[in-house]
Amino acid sequence: MGRILMKGNEAIAESAVRAGGLWYFGYPITPQSEIGEYLARRMPEVGGVFLQIESEVAVANVLYGAAGAGVRAWSSSSSPGISLMMEGVSYMAAAELPCVIVNIVRCGPGLGGILPSQGDYFQAVKGGGHGDYRCMVLAPSSVQEAVDLMPLAFDRADRYRNPVIILGDGMIGQMMEPVEFKEQVFPPLLPKDWATTGCKGRKPNVINSLYLDPREEEKLNFKLAAKYDEMKKKELKYEGYRTDRELDCLLVSYGTTARVCKTAIQRLEEEKIRAGLLRPITLFPFPEEKIYELAQQAKFVLSVEMSTGQMVDDVRLAVGRTKPVYFFGRAGGMVPSPEEVIEVVKKYVDGGGR
Amino acid sequence: MKVLFKRPESLSATPTHYCPGCTHGVVHRLIAEVIDELELRERTVGIAPVGCSVLAFNYFNFDFQQSAHGRAPAVATGIKRARPDLIVFAYQGDGDLASIGMSEIIHAANRGEKFTVVFINNAIYGMTGGQMAPTTMPGQVTTTTPMGRDVKDVGYPVRMCELIASLRTPAFVERVAVHNPKQVINARRALKQAFIHQRDNVCFTFVEFLSTCPTNWGFSPIQATKWLEENMLPYYPVKNFKIPENTGG
Amino acid sequence: MARKPKVVIERNRCKGCELCVNYCPKQVLAMSKEINDKGYFFALVVNQEACILCQFCGMICPDCAIEIYDEVVITQETGSNG
Repeated sequence: MGRILMKGNEAIAESAVRAGGLWYFGYPITPQSEIGEYLARRMPEVGGVFLQIESEVAVANVLYGAAGAGVRAWSSSSSPGISLMMEGVSYMAAAELPCVIVNIVRCGPGLGGILPSQGDYFQAVKGGGHGDYRCMVLAPSSVQEAVDLMPLAFDRADRYRNPVIILGDGMIGQMMEPVEFKEQVFPPLLPKDWATTGCKGRKPNVINSLYLDPREEEKLNFKLAAKYDEMKKKELKYEGYRTDRELDCLLVSYGTTARVCKTAIQRLEEEKIRAGLLRPITLFPFPEEKIYELAQQAKFVLSVEMSTGQMVDDVRLAVGRTKPVYFFGRAGGMVPSPEEVIEVVKKYVDGGGR
Repeated sequence: MKVLFKRPESLSATPTHYCPGCTHGVVHRLIAEVIDELELRERTVGIAPVGCSVLAFNYFNFDFQQSAHGRAPAVATGIKRARPDLIVFAYQGDGDLASIGMSEIIHAANRGEKFTVVFINNAIYGMTGGQMAPTTMPGQVTTTTPMGRDVKDVGYPVRMCELIASLRTPAFVERVAVHNPKQVINARRALKQAFIHQRDNVCFTFVEFLSTCPTNWGFSPIQATKWLEENMLPYYPVKNFKIPENTGG
Repeated sequence: MARKPKVVIERNRCKGCELCVNYCPKQVLAMSKEINDKGYFFALVVNQEACILCQFCGMICPDCAIEIYDEVVITQETGSNG
């Protein structure tokens, strides 16, 4: 099929449906309510299930049940609602259940505002819920990329038996862009013979996260850690933009902000300032090796985020003391303009990269 | 030789960790008897709560999911909406269902999700060591009401059957008790009716079991049955509160 | 056709709650004077002949420690067995 103009939220929903995400449970919250609204109309057309649940606390547990029964269940929410889901996400990670959760990030903390932000990086990448677990985190920077990442998210959720978070933002959710739904093929998955589908012909299955014996619990913790190590080896995704050369500045940015950075890079070119962008697409696993490598080609590194500085911590860990790492951010729903980014880059270039 | 009474197939041989005289064991067995009788074992999924019965999955011979505290009705909703052909029951205590899980149970009931709830009301929090529950009786001494529950401060015990029966959505709602054999026989009948409704895809089903907690009440098992009879029965009447309309049942 | 009740209590499943003894209408059961592997005084059948097969003991036992049989032998295929 050709390209059609779609709102981000709706395109994400359609892509999930085509990827087999036919069981959606959600709660309205701005700026992503269109996902549920779209699915309320679409799911009956494809024989899927849409159900509005009473709270995000409950949603996460409905996902647990449905995933435990062997289906591709998913949800979407925005920052305050995602906070409420964190208990359930921790439980799903511990019980090794697959699910996909889309966070159309708004600003916070607290009730915050409804405009875009990248202030949920810590929550998504470092845990969010309690305990020793991680989620795979995918960060699209356009509506098309969000559409392309949904089938990958469902596949990896099933493959690793772990929650996968799509970290969008209010901009991606609300804007309309041309999209194409391309079919993707993945290697075969193992059958879900661990699911609670009725014990006919087999021993009973138990979906559980309680391990009172510390030796058993430690086994689980290390099993999960091994899973995340495997993700680090196999699942890294990133984009380098104008990074195949010596640089004055390496920008590190994701999502909507990365697009602003690309425009800034193009305009800096006219002023003979060589900037490049490393755009992580997986935030977990994080492309630390690549960032370190590219940082060696630059005089300094600049992390640009819609927050007061979250991903920059991981950039600093990756770069170490080998190069200066600076941060530029807007918050509260303010989206940085290319001009602001250019000004900051020039400030550090003129300052001799110090 | 005729076998008149033995452990049902759906109940595993694992000895339970429950206290002597705790009626969890009785209710577990009733569930297993009914599941066996209705031949539902191979398509049943139970949901264990957080509470004394958190390890319930060790005591049954069918699929189980262990759920977060209070969330069993949401988990049940997920299973039932994913696989409507499965028989699903949520097994919950008073903290799980009537405190932290109050929202989940009311909304699952209100949506008319077609699973069965087994609600163990023993008027106290067992697993955590005997704190007040929403169902604790006025004047009842617990570790967080050492002077007895003061209704002027924390209100009256919650009657879940009455609350759920007040919803418009059709349901089967009944309160039973398990502290003596006569009540056990009645409880089994109500529980079987609930599972029959689920098997026939009729409605949300809720059975509240008045239960004893000898350890945290501070009584022997026999004394505990007397305390239940004298203090809980008058406030929590054993009766049916709601039957689904137009089913003749 | 006489019935021949047989109540069997698995002593190591019993937790000594005494509910079966309390509810038996015919004093078939009593508590032992020795303890089982878990340290509980367990329930014992002391007067099997008095049993009326009401099954109250089995119904009230939380631990499935009690099994109840009727040892009447079936004499013909189409006959009743009690």
